Amino acid sequence: MSTNLSIFDIAGPIMVGPSSSHTAGACKIGQFARALFHHTPKKVTFYLHGSFGEVYKGHATDLALLAGVMKFKTSDPKIKNAFEIAKEKHLNYKFLTRDLGEKYHPNTVKIVLEKGKEKMSVIGSSVGGGMIEIVKIDDFEVYLKGTAGKYLSLVVCHDENPKVLKDLERKINKLGIKIAETVQSHYKDERLSVLSLEGRRITLEEVMELEKNSIGIDFIRSLSKLQQTA
Amino acid sequence: MAESPNSMNNFEFHTAEQILKLCHKHKLFIGEIAKRYEAERSGKSVPATRNKMKQTRNVMYEAVKKGIHSTQKSKMGMVGGDAHKMHLALKKIPEMIGNKVTIRAMSYAIAVGEQNAGMGRIVAFPTAGGAGVIPGVLFSCAEHFKAGKRKLLNGMFCASAVGLIIAEGATLSAAKGGCQAEVGAGVAMAAAGLTEMRDGTPEQCFHAAAMSLKSYLGLACDPLGGLVEVPCIKRNALGCMVAIGASDLAIAGVKSFIPFDEVVLAMRNIAKIMSPKIRETALGGLAVTATGNMIKKKLGMKITPMDL
Repeated sequence: MSTNLSIFDIAGPIMVGPSSSHTAGACKIGQFARALFHHTPKKVTFYLHGSFGEVYKGHATDLALLAGVMKFKTSDPKIKNAFEIAKEKHLNYKFLTRDLGEKYHPNTVKIVLEKGKEKMSVIGSSVGGGMIEIVKIDDFEVYLKGTAGKYLSLVVCHDENPKVLKDLERKINKLGIKIAETVQSHYKDERLSVLSLEGRRITLEEVMELEKNSIGIDFIRSLSKLQQTA
Repeated sequence: MAESPNSMNNFEFHTAEQILKLCHKHKLFIGEIAKRYEAERSGKSVPATRNKMKQTRNVMYEAVKKGIHSTQKSKMGMVGGDAHKMHLALKKIPEMIGNKVTIRAMSYAIAVGEQNAGMGRIVAFPTAGGAGVIPGVLFSCAEHFKAGKRKLLNGMFCASAVGLIIAEGATLSAAKGGCQAEVGAGVAMAAAGLTEMRDGTPEQCFHAAAMSLKSYLGLACDPLGGLVEVPCIKRNALGCMVAIGASDLAIAGVKSFIPFDEVVLAMRNIAKIMSPKIRETALGGLAVTATGNMIKKKLGMKITPMDL
């Protein structure tokens, strides 16, 4: 299937400087984390690993990550003012340098988003030219590529009972949306599945409806909007 | 989707060898194959894909236009105003040895770099650090040839195809592969794009790309304070010279002894054995010179003694 790179991953993204991996890519990781968390966070902590940790100030990686969490596009000139805008929005943020381990790409960040009792941790890497990969969501090892694809993804956290996912897949098919691929990761008795959808874009209402009416499902997140380049 | 399942992969390529086969099969240039590849994978029409590249070109053009007239210094005062100096030199300094093409190319490349450093809008083509070479080379040469938009856009598509092959076979991240992966890749891409704009054959495009990339293997990414300013911006300017030179070599019939795909593998190999200190961490090379450490100090970063 078309997980192939786009020509516009190379001739792009259109972005605000200074660095595609440290600014644009960082912004994109922030956007993904925000989409996965689904809520508007009150508190965000960024753990910067490798090169991200060494040079984040000069590359405005901190501004870009924070801007991404506030859903700014990589080409938004307001990225410059992310700190002030976060303050206006009463979003608490903190940047810490942390060695996350050798297995991670040098441009990696762990983002912990919080709102009241809700908490989520997302690890993402900026792999060059603004392209990113999400490699961990909470305790689940995943592999989500942030490229300009026509394929849309749903991230589903659910029980290990195989009927739960089958049931959900049937409901999605009923909406006239095909599932091209399902990739699952395990942690204890929970499963995290990434469903690559084909055909039309799933609406937010449909996602919320699915989440509400399914048993054994912790959450469903749609990443469809993010897969467009800015 | 109305398309048959097989049509998905008609224009798919991952290597130079594969895209050259497609060029011969369809009797098309690299840029045209790249355009069709993108149309196919995105499900959009060929004209819509072309249009998207036109928008990309427009953003690049805006950055160049702003950059050549700007005299604003960057935050740390390391860069700013050099594009304007070169732009003026074209009219004011008769002793310049380079011609209109080369001086414009350098001026445009610096313009994009300076805009990027000032958090202006640019196209990361292939990355922000190497974003000056392609507009520098392709815009200045298009002006010289009085090439139409179609030709320029095809050159951009061709350059993108070369970038895609590097991204798949090696890397476009300086954090992974050093400067060879950003400015080096940009120079190779520009050389191929220019060669296509000059009606060179697809093979000549890859010879130009291979000769360029070979000249950049192993280049350290050692920017002062980790900022995409010094030496990045001037490397972009001088990279234009290499791209134009490589394209001339290829057009004259000079061939790269090592095929492009093998050069990409060499780049990957070098990335693997390159010290992390010279991979965008500001822990080696120019970043730890006396001047480099002075900038680090100003930024509140830890001073790194030079390991000699």
